[in-house]
Amino acid sequence: MTASSITEADEADRAMGGGADRSAAATLKGALTNRIGSAVAIVIAVLWTVPTFGLFLSSLRPESDIKGSGWWTFFSDPALTLDNYRQVLGGSSSTNLSQYFTNSLVIAVPSTLLPLSLAVMAAYAFSVLEWRGRNLVFVGVFTLQIVPLQMALIPLLRFFNDTDAGSVLLFLPLWLAHSIFALPLAIFLLHNFMSEVPRDLIEAARIDGAGHVTVFLRIMLPLMLPAIASFAIFQFLWVWNDLLVGLTFSGGNRIIQPLTAALAAMTGDRGQDWHLLTAGAFVSIVIPLVVFFSLQRYFVRGLLAGSVKG
Amino acid sequence: MASVTFDHATRVYPGSETPAVDALNLEVADGEFLVLVGPSGCGKSTSLRMLAGLEDVNSGRILIGDRDVTDVQPKDRDIAMVFQNYALYPHMSVADNMGFALKIAGTPKAEIRQRVEEAAKILDLSQYLDRKPKALSGGQRQRVAMGRAIVRSPQVFLMDEPLSNLDAKLRVQTRTQIASLQRRLGVTTVYVTHDQTEALTMGDRIAVLKDGLLQQVGTPREMYDTPKNIFVAGFIGSPAMNLGQFKVADGKANLAETHIPLTREVLDSLTAEDNNEITLGFRPESLDTTTEGDVGAFPVTVDLVEELGSDAFVYGQLANKEAAQAITSGAGESQMIVRVDPRRPPLKGDTVWVKIREGEQHHFSPATGLRLPS
Repeated sequence: MTASSITEADEADRAMGGGADRSAAATLKGALTNRIGSAVAIVIAVLWTVPTFGLFLSSLRPESDIKGSGWWTFFSDPALTLDNYRQVLGGSSSTNLSQYFTNSLVIAVPSTLLPLSLAVMAAYAFSVLEWRGRNLVFVGVFTLQIVPLQMALIPLLRFFNDTDAGSVLLFLPLWLAHSIFALPLAIFLLHNFMSEVPRDLIEAARIDGAGHVTVFLRIMLPLMLPAIASFAIFQFLWVWNDLLVGLTFSGGNRIIQPLTAALAAMTGDRGQDWHLLTAGAFVSIVIPLVVFFSLQRYFVRGLLAGSVKG
Repeated sequence: MASVTFDHATRVYPGSETPAVDALNLEVADGEFLVLVGPSGCGKSTSLRMLAGLEDVNSGRILIGDRDVTDVQPKDRDIAMVFQNYALYPHMSVADNMGFALKIAGTPKAEIRQRVEEAAKILDLSQYLDRKPKALSGGQRQRVAMGRAIVRSPQVFLMDEPLSNLDAKLRVQTRTQIASLQRRLGVTTVYVTHDQTEALTMGDRIAVLKDGLLQQVGTPREMYDTPKNIFVAGFIGSPAMNLGQFKVADGKANLAETHIPLTREVLDSLTAEDNNEITLGFRPESLDTTTEGDVGAFPVTVDLVEELGSDAFVYGQLANKEAAQAITSGAGESQMIVRVDPRRPPLKGDTVWVKIREGEQHHFSPATGLRLPS
């Protein structure tokens, strides 16, 4: 009885023309969800993490060991030290990375806040305010995203040199450059999020007596927090990990170079400092992690829930 | 509190030739509950939004009290609006939602709290004041939206289909609550709905709109008894009025074999454009079942019987095919509706003889669609 009903079902399936596809999909799904699939996933994950793990282990090994053997020899000859970190964070001026660490922070924080605050306001103008040519300008702004930033490096550098922006405020060229490159995407993303906010909500606020400033500060900003937080994380990571813009617009001035530039220099002109490089790289990972975990609580789903029905 | 006046108010949407609201003239008295009703796209919501200041007025004026508010920002009009989807601020608690307008106006905190609590008491929301909107049911959200309007004690309440998102039972309940609340507060109210039952039950007066044009304004009774034109006749009342266009001969309207006598005044007011025809309207509840021999009785073939307990409605066609074509009703082309005794409903396929009750037939000119004097 059971066997016959199964064949019947299969025949019906085939008759409907979906038999082969469905069984193939089912097989694939089965293969991916079974234990072998899980095992493969774990292997890939381990392989992916090995270099980072090696870097971490190297950063904890004594200088002589690093120069003499690979990190995997650690398992046969374990020897750990925090000397590398000590040197990187507080050693002599030639090996001390804390200056660059501070530089990176000084560069990254304003380079995140500046485009973010501009983009939120621009997004409000593009999504809530109604003015002639709004869509045209918006498309124009986003079109700028197509231009690779490398194209803008030289003109922008000349502009900063001509206007002597760096002498007004040491970090100004870096802040401006990062902001400029971030704005199109930021405006685009935030605009899309803002367009999701129901118009009725804004109209209700306007009838309640709110002007645009109040609507922006009291209604839009709280509702935009998830979008703002995600963009803040992206932009901060981008600036923190950036080497090209940092190197170009610091103009070779070591006093304002970011951590990435210092790390790059270590592999380049001081190739012997592997122990510092590994420790420095790990120090530079800490801040992005802190930023991510402190902002992730703003990732709330369904912030608009309960506002409008339907 | 104040009256509201639309003075030839017109709104033409950009890119559109025909106005969404065409020279609307309407006066709402102080403390009155006026319902704007019409099919979708008739301009009723646009009219309300013009009054709210959310929509530009292309020509004409709008006055609240004696003040011309045509070009005044919404925030300076001293009005409160309840939206169809409530539009609550999702990140604020119920109390903050209700007190938002007062907070912006710079009212002292203690006074805000007091007024919010008063409104919450009226609306039975006291225990929900600290909740967020998402933790409320649909009916509670609707009441918060009402509360947000009440707290401000504005000159005018504007309501844009505030009940359309509630389920049928809650809608009927809230309907009476809103109506009695409005009577108690005595605030001038303009209420938009597409539901003519809501309009009839809630409004002091009803204004029917169609294609941006005002069709008729009047009390629910006036709208029901003396609809000014064919559109209003078909729109007000549930189930809708049966309307049919028939030939006139010998002072009578001819429904195939049946002849319905017309009065002198009606006949006199027919013009040449009417082409010797007349549009007759009769409500399902104005028909009596009778027997074949009765004067003015006509046969109806039963297609379907809808039994509601208190009433039974027969959906059918005139037995004569040609005359049947001429009739329309809420049930569609060539269909007509008859209310019958729910205790003795006819069966499907039966033929019932019905007769229009004396004085309950409506006459309209086929050419202009307007009501004829009778």
